[in-house]
Amino acid sequence: MVETSDIRVVRCGGSKVNLTPPIISSDSRFVLCTSGDLVKVYSTRTEEWLHSLQGHTNQVTGITLNPANHLQVYSCSVDGTVKLWDFIDGILIKTFVIGCPLFAIYVSEKHTGVLFLHVSMATDSKNECFQLVSVHLPKSAEQEVEAKEMSAVSSHISKNPSCTAFGRGGEYIAFARHLQLNVYFFRKQKTYSFSLKATDKKGAKNAFTCIACHPTDDCIATGHEDGKIRLWRNFIHKKEYTYSTQHWHHNAVNTLCFTPEGTHLLSGGIESVLVQWQYGAGNRKEFLPRLGGSILHISASSDGQLFCTSHSDNKITVIESSFKVCGVIQGLVKGDAVLTDLMIDPRSKALVLNGKPGHLQFYSLLRDKHLYNLDIVQQEYIYEAGLDQFEVVKAAFDIKGSWLATVEERGKKSSDLEFFLKLWAFDERTQSFVLNTTITAAHTDRIISMCFSSSEETTMLVTAAEDSQFKAWCQGADADTQQDQNFWSCDFVGSYHKLNPTNCSFSADSSLLAVSFQEVITIWSPDTWEMLTTLCQPPGVIRDLCFGRLSCSKYLLGTTTKNLLCCWNLLTCELEWSTSVDVSKLQPDPFSENVAAFSYQSKHTDLFVFKPSEPRPLFTNKNVCSEKVHRAVFVPREEPLNSCDESTQWLNRSQLYFLTQNMDLLTFSTATEEDRMLSSSKQLVIDDSVAVTPFYLLLGKHRQQQQKLNTQSHPVSDKPQQTQGSVTIKELLHTPAHVLPAASVLCSMFVNSFLISNTGVQQDPLREEMDSEKEEEDSEEEMEACDSQQELRAQGSVDEVTPKLSKAQERELKRVRKTDFSWMAGLIDSKP
Amino acid sequence: MGEFKVHRVRFFDYMPSGIRALAFNQDTERMAVARMDGSVEVFHCSDRFFQEKIIPGREQCGIEGLSWVGERLFSAGLNGGITEYDLTNQKVKYTIDAYGGPIWTITGNQQGTHLAVGCEDGTVKLFEVNEDQIQFERNLDRQKSRIISLSWHPSGSKIAAGMMDMIQVFNVETGHSIHRMLADRGAGTSRSKECVVWSVVYLSDGTIITGDSVGMVKLWDDQTGTLIKSHNVTKCDVLALSVSQNEDSLVAGTSEGIVVQFQFVSMVLEKDDKEWVRTRTFRNHTHDIRAVAEITTAVVSGGMDAQLVVRPLLDKIEVRSAASALRKIHFPHRRLVSCARKSGLMLFQYPGHLELWRLGESEGKGTPGSSLFVKRNPEKLLQLKVKGEDHIRCSAVSPCGGWIVYSTASTLRLYRLHCDNNNISITKISKLPKVLSSANQLCFSSDSSHLFSASAQSSVHIASLSQSGCKFVGTLKPKSGSHQAIHLLAASEDGKWLASANSDHEVHIYNLQTQKAHCTVPVYSSAVTAMGIHPATNCLFMMHADQQMFEYSIEQKQYTDWSRTVQRKGLHRFWVERDTPCLNVMFNPQNPSHVILHDMYMLCIIDQSLPLPDDKTQFYNQLTLKSLTEEQRKSQSHAFKVCKTFKDILCVELMPDQSLVVVERPLEDIATQLPAPIKQKKFAT
Repeated sequence: MVETSDIRVVRCGGSKVNLTPPIISSDSRFVLCTSGDLVKVYSTRTEEWLHSLQGHTNQVTGITLNPANHLQVYSCSVDGTVKLWDFIDGILIKTFVIGCPLFAIYVSEKHTGVLFLHVSMATDSKNECFQLVSVHLPKSAEQEVEAKEMSAVSSHISKNPSCTAFGRGGEYIAFARHLQLNVYFFRKQKTYSFSLKATDKKGAKNAFTCIACHPTDDCIATGHEDGKIRLWRNFIHKKEYTYSTQHWHHNAVNTLCFTPEGTHLLSGGIESVLVQWQYGAGNRKEFLPRLGGSILHISASSDGQLFCTSHSDNKITVIESSFKVCGVIQGLVKGDAVLTDLMIDPRSKALVLNGKPGHLQFYSLLRDKHLYNLDIVQQEYIYEAGLDQFEVVKAAFDIKGSWLATVEERGKKSSDLEFFLKLWAFDERTQSFVLNTTITAAHTDRIISMCFSSSEETTMLVTAAEDSQFKAWCQGADADTQQDQNFWSCDFVGSYHKLNPTNCSFSADSSLLAVSFQEVITIWSPDTWEMLTTLCQPPGVIRDLCFGRLSCSKYLLGTTTKNLLCCWNLLTCELEWSTSVDVSKLQPDPFSENVAAFSYQSKHTDLFVFKPSEPRPLFTNKNVCSEKVHRAVFVPREEPLNSCDESTQWLNRSQLYFLTQNMDLLTFSTATEEDRMLSSSKQLVIDDSVAVTPFYLLLGKHRQQQQKLNTQSHPVSDKPQQTQGSVTIKELLHTPAHVLPAASVLCSMFVNSFLISNTGVQQDPLREEMDSEKEEEDSEEEMEACDSQQELRAQGSVDEVTPKLSKAQERELKRVRKTDFSWMAGLIDSKP
Repeated sequence: MGEFKVHRVRFFDYMPSGIRALAFNQDTERMAVARMDGSVEVFHCSDRFFQEKIIPGREQCGIEGLSWVGERLFSAGLNGGITEYDLTNQKVKYTIDAYGGPIWTITGNQQGTHLAVGCEDGTVKLFEVNEDQIQFERNLDRQKSRIISLSWHPSGSKIAAGMMDMIQVFNVETGHSIHRMLADRGAGTSRSKECVVWSVVYLSDGTIITGDSVGMVKLWDDQTGTLIKSHNVTKCDVLALSVSQNEDSLVAGTSEGIVVQFQFVSMVLEKDDKEWVRTRTFRNHTHDIRAVAEITTAVVSGGMDAQLVVRPLLDKIEVRSAASALRKIHFPHRRLVSCARKSGLMLFQYPGHLELWRLGESEGKGTPGSSLFVKRNPEKLLQLKVKGEDHIRCSAVSPCGGWIVYSTASTLRLYRLHCDNNNISITKISKLPKVLSSANQLCFSSDSSHLFSASAQSSVHIASLSQSGCKFVGTLKPKSGSHQAIHLLAASEDGKWLASANSDHEVHIYNLQTQKAHCTVPVYSSAVTAMGIHPATNCLFMMHADQQMFEYSIEQKQYTDWSRTVQRKGLHRFWVERDTPCLNVMFNPQNPSHVILHDMYMLCIIDQSLPLPDDKTQFYNQLTLKSLTEEQRKSQSHAFKVCKTFKDILCVELMPDQSLVVVERPLEDIATQLPAPIKQKKFAT
């Protein structure tokens, strides 16, 4: 089979946004963060992903604002280039080719035209050795310039980029490695170094973990492995240097940041508590707890009004200076391991997997956006290493998406295993899953496998556990309980020769249930609970089981630990074919006959896509990735592709996503698809450059129109011709749906927009609008199930529009708003 | 090393008294320490903090403040009197009443002309320091509340006084108050609770620093009388403050037992705008810190937990050495236990009484390290209370166990002890010679026939003891030298020689037969902490505070060859780095080459026949030696054999039956008897 070049493996679900400290633009409107080989630009106010700066060919390792121009940003990457961007328009201004992999970037106002970069020194990768170099940027008008004027500042550099920081006004640079703090003064060209003992009598671990310098005073704050924060002063003396120690964090301090005025010091660690220390006032401090994952980076905006923290659960939190969380930018949460399978929520078509500890996350692959977390464990998670806490280990959706079954477990290492089986019903009213039944002792030992029957009429859950039983659970109408509350209860307990089951699976029409007991597969009829037959193909314990779909529904596929892939014909109860391949994951496509098999051989994973009825694979991709693949899922497409190419046909109706051991979510994409994506992304750019204020509503609308008229004449403008009603259409399309007024209100506005406006006062159906606004508020309450943050913000914006006013005033205001003030805009425009 | 049967004695309930005040004399490098029981001790800071002088206290004499004026030491207390001490003879010189009620604080100015005391009645009284006495000069403006703390401006023209809820600044010339600054009572506490300004420091640039009961260290400007800055140090009280000599560092002691350091550093490097910044925190105490002092190279603190902690400031130290290590002084550097070797009696000296115990007996033999069955329990024979208010200065029991003698600052009492089986009786010897009125150190001759009593002018009186009583025989006087009080006496086994050591490091040797001074050992720079005369060779073995050892042949009037070898080769690093002085020197009659020494943490036998260790050899080699064969052991072993089985040792004695008596006082036992410390919230409790 010839490997076609138009199918390629791409990363999706966003890369880590928490690799480097996020930066806030000087007007506090944008947050920039690195994400893989992109720099993403988010709005601080709406948390919306605005656009990304595309151009690097490898991991971006650092971004920093250009001190000479606050609308520009430098980014450095492992590909050996530094790029200068205009981040508002997303334009690449310049590329500086350095020529060796770069790992961090620092700039200072005092050193104009000089960049400070971390470069790797040693050639062998074993002992990583980093060097801090300063690079003079050549002044050249060309797009791509080579910057070769490098000079080394120091080679005692930690590989952790937060262990280097510029001091007051760029006078000196402080950097730490292991137990040594170095301060290099540029004017004197002298390095002072101070070292600490590795441990003291009490066992303190003194290694440096991060550094921050006070903006106006000569004070260096250092964080340490044991959670201490030291404030160093007088560091121009070899002996009379001094430091004070503060200790709140119980584990390593991950990051430190001074506010721009220098009045406070912010620190964060694994506790996921943002701590604000008052500078110069000893141990007076404030806390912002329960921020999610452990804090990795903190950055402050240049006016000190906003802070950003990035967290280990791939999240950026925007915090106001009053210590209130005002925004959350959430990427795909990647914990240490995904214990559940990758699943697709049949309703929202969102990808469901482990998210925050004790939660299931719902992630929209289409919009590449985290939707919400569903709290499964419903217990406070304690951020401390070494604690044994409940984790969601299994989850399954039924075919309609109205039921969700989860298993949470605690005590993996210890002998006292504790686990719960929970069943969640989808509540139409709240648009969320609501806990229906908690089964405390579903089995006497760990649940191995779990699946819902796929029939439309009755939902049935089968669980197989290590206590050599499998149980079927039904929604029973108990006589004792009330009629409208249907709880789940055990319907049938099955076992086979006291063997431990290994997997279970329903056939596509739910007429058959296959349960594998070690080497034996048993086929049961769920209606009568009668064992129909057994299939056996030694050697090896059965690992995966799946039934064929559609035309291949007579086949049952199974993989064994002894590297066998077997296919049984259920009509004849005979082995149809078998082949020797080490399959780590077998995934059937629910919309076609195709089955994907990942096999791990000689340090790389291969993918085979085949139909059970045909011995020849449809598609083979050697060396998909270098890690083992244990989780994969087919995601249905919104609109099927019409590819006739044989090798891409299997991707027509659904898309295959898989998760490697390094927690990278990968997928296959075709060339046609990419073209379509590229064109659509251009249209999706939201013009968010002007804040929505009442004045903007009154005047900006017209100003904008004016501007657009101006730009029309501009030859380079690629925007489509503006029509009279385009403003309203744009408003309709680009306002988030949940803050839009009811359609009845919009309708009149929409129609009005097509009319030629006269200067007279419009008679608006005020009464009607009042009612509709009430409705709107009601509908918003219903949406609370989704992102609570989003909802909060939405309510906030409603408050903004209607600050406490009497009804008469409100009406008056609305009337004024409706009045056409275009004549005034004209006046203002003519002024300058 | 040899095997010994050990009496492990833990029934000496010695309880050190809490430290109340500290005063540091920069010129003489002496640290004066006042304790709760009224005793005053003087430590020599540059001689490894050896406790040179102890002036025992009295009942009902609570010292609240200590102050040096030149080389004179003054104290004041709640009994309303000001006391000057005679440091040469280690006793109280005089006490005069200030007539202002209890005195809370005393401080002398830097010029050495005046003393100021703060009284309960709200007056600050100025005393002029004259040649031989102090004289009341006048009162400053009387205030309504008591004066808790005082500090002179270095120029001597102004005084800052800390009171209840406020700080007053006085002009010394006029006696009037210049400024009145109110200390607020703190937000969290109740309004009715007064804010006590426990401590105040006046700096030469006009900054007044106060520590108060709200837990704040506040900086005030004396020009305007306004608050410059305040640091919240603790939730409870800041009890003590001390500023360094060059006024760039300040330490504050709190009732949580922590010492906080503030430093006067420039906020922007190489510029002059300096600020006081909190820097380091030292946690060495478990209880309230009542006094701190910042000396040249260290921070000294003391408090309710009765230990004196010397925390070195590494940035001020030029060369790191054993002399600049963290030091915790728990026990006095004097012997509180004397032992009647021949009869197995132990005399324990408490401040107000003496206890006489008979050691227990055991039977059978055990393997090394095992404990033997106790046949007879140790028994308390006698408790002797002191007459009068003075505390005991020194005491001794004769080797035969027939005599007990003790001395306070005013009297010396000698008792005859009759002990037949279970009947114990003592009779006081009533007619004592006049010269034996008070003693700095007491010692019996080895045959218990004579009593040696060290008294004023470095002289030693000899009294002969017999059934009939006590008879004065003569006085031994040094030919020349200082008149400092003698703190150590050692008599030879054959009754021929007596050695005395005084606090000027002089060691005099007297011939008892001629009652004349025999010779003087060359003066060494460090104080003698223990000495003993070898029974066979009549060599004087001396241990010094800097851990050096000397052996001096009395008959030849010169150092022995072994001593010269030790000095030439030098001592092992580990030996010199020990931080407690040796307190006793003993000789093993069975093995004349063995010298037995002990300090607070270890017991050591020096075998003079074995080679000395150099810095490359393993010093603590007991375990390695055990694993070696007989042959290899010879090549590996060296003169120092250290035993660390026992901890917190107060005294070790070698009995004639080759058993050792080890008197231990575990620090944990002391800690349990201390009052409860302030309750603190600790992480994860």
